[in-house]
Amino acid sequence: MSTPLIEIQGLNKWFGPHHVLRDIDLSVQAGQKVVICGPSGSGKSTLIRCLNQLEQHQQGSIRFEGQLLEGDAAQLRRVRRDMGMVFQQFNLFGHLSVLQNCVLPLKRVLGLSESLARERAMQLLERVRIPEQAHKFPAQLSGGQQQRVAIARSLCMQPKVMLFDEPTSALDPEMIKEVLDVMTELAESGMTMLCVTHEMGFARRVADTLVFMDQGCLIEQAPPETFFTQPQSPRTQSFLAQIL
Amino acid sequence: MAGDEAAAVIAPRPAPPPARYRWGLLDAFWLALIGTIAVAVAWRSQGALSYNWDWSSVWPFIVKYDSASASWVPNLLLQGLMTTVRLALWGMLLATLIGLLMGWMRNHRRLLLRLIASSYVMTVRNIPPVVFVFIFVYFISSQFMPALALDTRVGQLPAPIQELLSVLFGPLNLINNFFLGLICLSVFTGAYVTEIVRAGLQSVPAGQSEAAHSLGLSDVDTMRWVIWPQALRNVLPSLSGQFIQLIKDSSLVSLVSIQELSFMAQDVQVSTQRVFEVFVLTAGVYFCICFVLSQLFAHLERRHGRSR
Repeated sequence: MSTPLIEIQGLNKWFGPHHVLRDIDLSVQAGQKVVICGPSGSGKSTLIRCLNQLEQHQQGSIRFEGQLLEGDAAQLRRVRRDMGMVFQQFNLFGHLSVLQNCVLPLKRVLGLSESLARERAMQLLERVRIPEQAHKFPAQLSGGQQQRVAIARSLCMQPKVMLFDEPTSALDPEMIKEVLDVMTELAESGMTMLCVTHEMGFARRVADTLVFMDQGCLIEQAPPETFFTQPQSPRTQSFLAQIL
Repeated sequence: MAGDEAAAVIAPRPAPPPARYRWGLLDAFWLALIGTIAVAVAWRSQGALSYNWDWSSVWPFIVKYDSASASWVPNLLLQGLMTTVRLALWGMLLATLIGLLMGWMRNHRRLLLRLIASSYVMTVRNIPPVVFVFIFVYFISSQFMPALALDTRVGQLPAPIQELLSVLFGPLNLINNFFLGLICLSVFTGAYVTEIVRAGLQSVPAGQSEAAHSLGLSDVDTMRWVIWPQALRNVLPSLSGQFIQLIKDSSLVSLVSIQELSFMAQDVQVSTQRVFEVFVLTAGVYFCICFVLSQLFAHLERRHGRSR
């Protein structure tokens, strides 16, 4: 068994007095697709935000490619280059065009020249199927288009793992499909993905492992067939009964 | 069942022309009433107001013919105007620099920086402008200006540099005076610009810096390319208002004998005894300067403003 790409051991996090992540152990191999589900407040988003250190954990360890994440600024920037993140609120830079959104990190982080950066950005915009919107501004795009730009922007950095924090929760039902299609294509191309979502159909089709969290604890993790047909924990069973 | 057929989507049609405003009887009545009152007031006050307008005594104070150099040279009012314009331009620049620095410090992680910025803002904002001008100018002019000795230092510079400096800062014999007024205005306005900049920085959602950081952008790059551009675009209207206020506040430094437009206007008024003509002219000049500035900012807002 090769070194896991991400290894989380005994992760604990408190927001003030609230114990939001309790003794989390999770291992993610390269190429694995993990979908994390659970009720609101279960700590799902906090968990993936701890991975790229948008939140700091107080106890436990996170290892990326075997290296312990220690919060040292230089290591953090290297690690973040290799982890792409897509947010529920898209978080596109509103004062820049779609193309400039993708070109900015390529130039400032990877040091690419303007022309190379534009080329790579256009390739990725074509991959998410919106090359014609390159010169528009985020405010002029629909939610589904904005999210696809956000995915393209993260993919520009050629990350080793993509983190998705409820990417379709802020979208109209009609736009959810276009974003899920992009994510499915990404999964099929072999990208390691950790996705927090409520889209169970997507989870069933794409995930290798489903993780169920409740009140900060990792209750159950299993491949989709086992997860949906033979859930072990009563908590998982009642959650599935509610949503399916 | 009735109403069971599916309706096709109706194609959009152009909107009907907006209703034209028609003058009604009521409008005519109000116009007549207001017009009658205005004429009656003017007629009555003609008798009461014993003032003879005499603009010809004011024009000589704008430009005068200097027989020594045989050319038209600026007289008091025009000199004052040029000082005001210099105070306004340099003041805006300096106040912006102070405001950007202090605004960034205002919400910094480090306590010391936050304390410096917030005490600066608190001190300046809680003192009326006139009192501030007096304290600042008399304190600085007696304590620091002698040490700086700007006029002697400038006098030692070569002639071409002196030429350039006199274009930028006005007549060199008054350079102490000018800098006093400039620094006073900038420090005063800087406190208000600080609050505007702070509001701008806070108006950028946290998600922007989260997205920038998760892409691997450094703190410096995030501030430079993501946060500052959006922060400043968001507060353009407030900034423009503050700069117009700066131009009007520059008239306060006339109280400490700094020779800008308001000071000169008072001087001319005293010697010609033509209160209204002088001050109406001065008001008109300030109006033009502020109006031009506000149009400039309106243009900037249209091009780079918030809703893009």
